[in-house]
Amino acid sequence: MRKRTPEPTRVGAEDTSATGLMDQDSAEDADARLDPAEAEALKAAQKSRFAELDRATLQSIYRQMLLARRFEEKSAEAYSTGKIGGFCHLYIGQEAVAIGAISAIGKDDYVLTSYREHAHAIAKGMSPDSVMAELYGKAGGCSHGKGGSMHMFDKEVNFLGGHAIVGGQIPLATGVAFATKYKETDQVTLCFFGEAAVNQGAFHESLNMAQLWKLPCIYICENNQYGMGTSLERAMSLQDISQKACAYEIASEFVDGMDVLAVREATLRAVERARKNYLPTLLEVRTYRFMGHSMSDPGNYRTRAEIERHQERDPLKLYSASLKEEGVLSDSELQKIDDEVRAQVEQAVRFAEESPQPAPEELFTDIYADPIQANE
Amino acid sequence: MAIVTMREALNQAIREEMQRDENVFLMGEEVGAYQGAYKVTKGLLEELGPKRVIDSPITELGFAGLGVGAAMVGLRPIIEFMTFNFSILATDQIINSAAKMLYMSGGQFNIPIVFRGPGGSAFQVSSQHSQALESWFAYFPGLKVVMPSTPADAKGLLKSSVRDNDPVIFIEQERMYGSKGEVSDDPELTIPLGVADIKREGKDVTIVARSLMVPVALKAADLLEKDGVSCEVIDPRTIRPLDIKTIIESVKKTNRVVVAEESHPFCGVAAEIASEIMERAFDYLDAPVKRLSGADVPMPYAKNLEDAAIPNVDQLVAAVKEVAYIE
Ligand SMILES: Cc1ncc(C[n+]2csc(CCOP(=O)(O)OP(=O)(O)O)c2C)c(N)n1
Ligand SMILES: [Mg+2]
Repeated sequence: MRKRTPEPTRVGAEDTSATGLMDQDSAEDADARLDPAEAEALKAAQKSRFAELDRATLQSIYRQMLLARRFEEKSAEAYSTGKIGGFCHLYIGQEAVAIGAISAIGKDDYVLTSYREHAHAIAKGMSPDSVMAELYGKAGGCSHGKGGSMHMFDKEVNFLGGHAIVGGQIPLATGVAFATKYKETDQVTLCFFGEAAVNQGAFHESLNMAQLWKLPCIYICENNQYGMGTSLERAMSLQDISQKACAYEIASEFVDGMDVLAVREATLRAVERARKNYLPTLLEVRTYRFMGHSMSDPGNYRTRAEIERHQERDPLKLYSASLKEEGVLSDSELQKIDDEVRAQVEQAVRFAEESPQPAPEELFTDIYADPIQANE
Repeated sequence: MAIVTMREALNQAIREEMQRDENVFLMGEEVGAYQGAYKVTKGLLEELGPKRVIDSPITELGFAGLGVGAAMVGLRPIIEFMTFNFSILATDQIINSAAKMLYMSGGQFNIPIVFRGPGGSAFQVSSQHSQALESWFAYFPGLKVVMPSTPADAKGLLKSSVRDNDPVIFIEQERMYGSKGEVSDDPELTIPLGVADIKREGKDVTIVARSLMVPVALKAADLLEKDGVSCEVIDPRTIRPLDIKTIIESVKKTNRVVVAEESHPFCGVAAEIASEIMERAFDYLDAPVKRLSGADVPMPYAKNLEDAAIPNVDQLVAAVKEVAYIE
């Protein structure tokens, strides 16, 4: 049995008891089917969220989520035919997290994440063409075929990777936030990582520095409840991740990661804290990945039934249902978006197929910015 | 020109570079209020302020990674390790992030950062505080590794390292902070990375020595001169990229070479240099390349054992005589 600590105190330099926080009980149930009363409460919260947003934003969030989904379905196909190699970690099921959070920041803000980053890259504004070409290992890829699935970068849109050492991006993001404060800009940095990364020293070292030096970094823990085949219960002594922020006096929130607008709102609150007061936040976003850890996952550590239970709260299904209910999009409009997104993905595949392989001499470029020819 | 210590020369380099470029900041344990564990950063906090001279918690992985992240977006961090022994905790960020970022990102994110601090053998602090790690770092494409042996080199090379657009591992020999030499006070004087220095010209035997072994080699050369053996002492100064050309040219002239180092021999820098010489100048050699390395043991505490673990002048004289076939 999983043990939860009674009532986590959320400490922060500011009040974080904002609306939209899920309490621990409903958070627990975010995993499972909701009982009718809770479903009602969630719906009411959602209604008020819808009221605050314009149609264009609501639609664009949907389009992005669907684009991420369709893009990855296509990537899985290309992987199975050998067009994509190496490790390939799909994000299907978690789209509400990246898209919701990144919808809360601007082009000048920074994003760093792990190897499960295709959706984050696209949400930050990278072209699906260059992401797909990177998966194909082609010269037209965002990292010119040198990074692959786990190392997408795009300086143009301040997407700073794509890091494949679990937890490695957390100190990096802390440093990016340090730099923005040093330069006295109002940029914020979003740092995404899986819940398994929370067990790394890098997480704890970073949170300590972020609060010590008041850095505008937003740490977003995507708690999909598994690190490869190891469930949270089997890996973490204190499983209430948002509570770990208390150890560093960082503001924290627990968020339903299947509700894209809830993620967006929690991120907006964190962004305000970061922009105005240079304060960090830890968001624990509860989500679930519907696919294996990577394309080679045998999947024998969880049951079909468990996956199906979570799929009932598929973030895309939840959001499209709300969009319809609120009269934002009709069935035919939803279908039209799907057609457009599929065409976009087809175009990305075409681009990747047609893009040339990196030139052989590229093997020896980009090692140093200031190469020194001393040993020629 | 003034005679200053290695410590003071490094201090000047950091101060001048921080005055020159606002994007340079210094972070590490005890670099500020305490004035540096080895006083290299003395006075900098007072002069440059707490925004730019930052005392960090004891969190090597964290602040090394913070530095790399800051370097991704335009700052030029100088990250001090109290000693390089503690950089071991930060190697993930140095190797997996700093060294590889430019490559993985297809040329988009270079990392202009200096990781610096004392390294090599210290005085009687035993195994965990006394070791040479340059071969670790020099192994990785993407890193540059610098090891000065004189105050002038220390200053000029550190200034170049700060201005360099790649990650530089800058290892200061812990025993040599007090060693003195002439140093220019021209703030624009730098020494390029990747260029060896011929510390003494000679014609019979080449000694390749770096860091602590340079003064040892110069002493050995003095003694050997009296025996009629003329030694050329080459200090690569930069381990990666290595100025192998200068070494090869010297070997072609002397036909005999000893590579001296205080580090462990196995998979070490001397092994690399020896193999380069073999590949590039085999036909010029009149004797096998000789390595003189530190003992292949963790560093002991006891004075007599410690002395026995680090190559000394007598051993180097003997090594030179061996390749020169002199009794
Ligand atoms: C330091 C390190 N150890 C192990 C691995 C192998 N590995 C890759 S992903 C992963 C699980 C990480 O899980 P989590 O952080 O929850 O992220 P998720 O994959 O669920 O998105 C492991 C063990 C690694 N890449 N880095
Ligand atoms: Mg996980």
